[in-house]
Amino acid sequence: MALDRQDVEKIAHLARINIDKKDINEYLGNLTSILDLVDQMQRVDTQNVEPLSHPLDAIQRLRADDITESNQREQLQQVAPAVEEGLFLVPKVID
Amino acid sequence: MEWEAVIGLEIHAQLATTTKIFSGASTAFGAEANTQACAVDLALPGTLPVFNTKALEMAVMFGTAIDAEINKTSVFDRKNYFYPDSPKGYQTSQLFYPIVGTGSLEIELSDGNSKLIGVTRAHLEEDAGKSLHEKFPSMTGIDLNRAGTPLLEIVSDPDMSSAEEAVAYAKKIHSIVTSIGICDGNMAEGSFRVDCNVSVRHKGEQKLGNRTETKNINSFRFIEKAIKGEIIRQIEILEDGGSIPQETRLYDAEKDQTRTMRSKEEANDYRYFPCPDLLPIVIEDDYIDAIRSKLPELPDAKRQRFSEQYNLAAKDAAVISGNRAQADYFEIVATSTKDAKLAANWLLGEMAKTLNQNDLQIDQSPVDAQALAALLLRIKDNSISVNAARQVFEAMWNGEGSADQIISDKGLKQVTDTGAIEKIVREVIANSDKQVQQYIAAEPDKRGKMLGYFMGQIMKASKGKANPGQVQGLLKPILDSLCN
Amino acid sequence: MFSKTIAQLARGLKDGEFSSCEITENYLDRISAQDNKYNSYITVTPELAMQQAKAADAVIGAGNAGIMTGIPIAHKDIFCSKGTRTSAGSKMLDNFIAPYDATLIEKFNAANSVSLGKTNMDEFAMGSSNENSYYGPVINPWGENRVPGGSSGGSAAAVAAQLAPAATGTDTGGSIRQPCALTNLSGIKPTYGRVSRFGMIAFASSLDQAGPIAKTAEDAAILLNVMAGFDPKDSTSADKPVSDYTASLNQPLAGLKIGLPKEFFSDDLNPLMAEQVQAAVKEYQALGAQIKEISLPNTALSIPAYYIIAPAEASSNLSRFDGVRYGHRCDAPLDLEDMYKRTRQEGFGPEVKRRILVGTYALSEGFYDAYYKKAQQIRRLIQQDYINALKEVDVIMGPTTPQPAFKIGAKTSDPVEMYMEDIYTLSLNLAGLPGMSIPCGMVDGLPVGLQIIGNYFAEERLLNVAHMFQQATDWHKNTAPGL
Repeated sequence: MALDRQDVEKIAHLARINIDKKDINEYLGNLTSILDLVDQMQRVDTQNVEPLSHPLDAIQRLRADDITESNQREQLQQVAPAVEEGLFLVPKVID
Repeated sequence: MEWEAVIGLEIHAQLATTTKIFSGASTAFGAEANTQACAVDLALPGTLPVFNTKALEMAVMFGTAIDAEINKTSVFDRKNYFYPDSPKGYQTSQLFYPIVGTGSLEIELSDGNSKLIGVTRAHLEEDAGKSLHEKFPSMTGIDLNRAGTPLLEIVSDPDMSSAEEAVAYAKKIHSIVTSIGICDGNMAEGSFRVDCNVSVRHKGEQKLGNRTETKNINSFRFIEKAIKGEIIRQIEILEDGGSIPQETRLYDAEKDQTRTMRSKEEANDYRYFPCPDLLPIVIEDDYIDAIRSKLPELPDAKRQRFSEQYNLAAKDAAVISGNRAQADYFEIVATSTKDAKLAANWLLGEMAKTLNQNDLQIDQSPVDAQALAALLLRIKDNSISVNAARQVFEAMWNGEGSADQIISDKGLKQVTDTGAIEKIVREVIANSDKQVQQYIAAEPDKRGKMLGYFMGQIMKASKGKANPGQVQGLLKPILDSLCN
Repeated sequence: MFSKTIAQLARGLKDGEFSSCEITENYLDRISAQDNKYNSYITVTPELAMQQAKAADAVIGAGNAGIMTGIPIAHKDIFCSKGTRTSAGSKMLDNFIAPYDATLIEKFNAANSVSLGKTNMDEFAMGSSNENSYYGPVINPWGENRVPGGSSGGSAAAVAAQLAPAATGTDTGGSIRQPCALTNLSGIKPTYGRVSRFGMIAFASSLDQAGPIAKTAEDAAILLNVMAGFDPKDSTSADKPVSDYTASLNQPLAGLKIGLPKEFFSDDLNPLMAEQVQAAVKEYQALGAQIKEISLPNTALSIPAYYIIAPAEASSNLSRFDGVRYGHRCDAPLDLEDMYKRTRQEGFGPEVKRRILVGTYALSEGFYDAYYKKAQQIRRLIQQDYINALKEVDVIMGPTTPQPAFKIGAKTSDPVEMYMEDIYTLSLNLAGLPGMSIPCGMVDGLPVGLQIIGNYFAEERLLNVAHMFQQATDWHKNTAPGL
């Protein structure tokens, strides 16, 4: 599956990563060689093979519905880039 | 050519758990911003989710309540998208294997017909935080208290063809989730939100038209308005030769119209995949059976019981049983007064009106069921008139005391002494010469209508305390005796 | 002192030969004098270390010491430690002071060990050479122009350079075993789920596993005793009892069945290394083990499967780094979109961005089945290979890496060439199995690692197998030149 520059731009947008125009070709080259590498998989017949998401055959454990976390706003917001009146600030969003 | 609408709803019901779906932070509504957002809710690096047992139980309760398929293995997936109120950059949801599979429920329509609406699925997911766009001039504020609140997203089949059907379906789901106690149903607080998928096509056409999704509608009235408006909008565009883009829209209640949601303009690619931080949820038959056996009475059964046990009119039984808090309230009043009809009238009349005016739910009413019952008992024993009872109710609502206290404070007790009433009747007749002459001159079959004037005067003279039934019993014979 | 193992330090502390404060101070001095040569630490925490050492000395004085009490160690900078910068080797988190402790950190604190600081690593654990760190490359003490391996390269270099008696690491595709192999250390990647991932900054959730990096298998066992265990905060944590990993270290190996997968000895393997590994196998035969050639036919597919699954999970795991709640945010964003895109452009290094893009692509509409689902199916085949093989043998052995430590910059121009470095380690993470690397020889003055793979939760057996080798050989006692 050959990629082109537009694909790279589209993927970068989905991933919300800015890529300078001058770097697109390099990423295109990298991604192409990685995809060539992974294309080996297509040669394997995996019909009827159940995908494996978790290495252990375990099931989800359940947590009791009890409050264990108290207000830690002050501490948690110390590492925030921009906070006012307890709210995290981001550039204005229009719905 | 005639058009028909095709409507499907996606309902987000916040589950009434104490804590979040994947963290031990409280879900209580109304806390100060970000005080209920813990490290997990903030998606701090290294944090991990652990699933809340109550959220699972509630989802299974819903599934059993609508007799849907319950999937014994269900899986959480990640829905990847960037938005500041989605702290992980993905929403944990269930795409491929939802907890609740197909089911259906019946809705009743105003023409007396009922219709079966399919439920495609219901899946667990986490709510997002809130974006506050108006608070700061050039910034949006993010409050993550709501982030991670468990949601059950209930997806219907596109089986509805009118706003009325859609509202009936939404109300039905609302009554089920509140009856079984898995959602508080508070639409104003966003506990129950509806996305409406609407498309139109020519009648008889098989192919579906392009649909729009109007998101996050939080009242039944707005659902109705949004759908009606959207159907008209789409038909107008198509009749003008235009086409409907598949898009997400927002309902603006002030303008009563929908508009394109700018933040969702581009087609999204959510890159769903199974969440590697969570394992498959596996449940056994025993677990499902235990939940089924503990399920509270469902609205349909309750409605049936109400119309049989309390002899309520079908419509009243439906309305009252549709909301668990209201149904519980009703049963207390009906039992205490031994007069279900009176209880229903007051609940759907005075109480509903006052709640509405104050934008409150029945469980927030300052007049509780016992207090209302005490008031109604005074109507039943003729201590007060219905009109006086309304005054008393208002005073009770305003916290002025119990029914008996207010009746006595305001001197509203009815006069039932026949002698005293007759005295007032005779006085009024004596002072209404003109009207008495008109009464005498009138044809006998027209006279009944003329009693109103005298009744009004008598009630006024008695300051509203005369028992109207007794007045009526005395008035006509006295007037008729003057005609001979 | 600096050549002492944890076991030896613990004895010295117990016997009053030295105090924790003395050891800690010595190590801190050595770090400040020497680490400019290796760049193995991102953050050194002298105040915290001395405070913990004092507290540990008090515990020792009161006669309540455990084996880890007062022992200084270094933590990979991927574990959140409260009040200390936790960077994951990324500019994105250069300003991130963790507000909470990872479960692993809590456990070491509860054991009264001393934290010297946080070690350098490939950014977000993505790399096999430690050249992908925002804080600069780590130098292998075995050669000033050699990489220490990655992604736990800082931890490995710190221990190999005797700037810490031992360290913690994480292994998503070989990130404990490969650096151990390249720096002559002993490390174990436990079974997936054996050590809590809570507070460990995620790279690929279904593959990540923490483990120790140490001078000996015995030290690795001591450390694993602290780290292992069920954690209710991690849904993928194994709710199984933990053995005492030191209990059966000395169990004789007579009758041990060792499988040698032919795929691990293919042409990719440096022939001189193959000789060393074969010699180690002979040593095991001398200890009473039986050797059997086995096959893991899908080994080669572990690279493509891994380089889809890991980036796919990473692309999603790293979405939280958006400049909203913590970490880097770009200057003067024009709007939200600009904030996201420039924050992530500036905050992530090239390899991280590459993997996010690959992962994003693999999950995107229309490609999911061909990439992600396919990779997960192949993952099952790889797991099945191991399950079958481990029915016939107790452990599987082979080289940890195809070649010894390579030169800095040798593989940076071609990411795919770098990925080939992981050929023998990736499949274990895909299968979730435990694996060790221990020193087993030298090639051109550089260490060679022997990989030992066991069945699920067979860590105790692996450590025993490794320890008995170290009782019979001295490879692990080799130290880097100039120490």
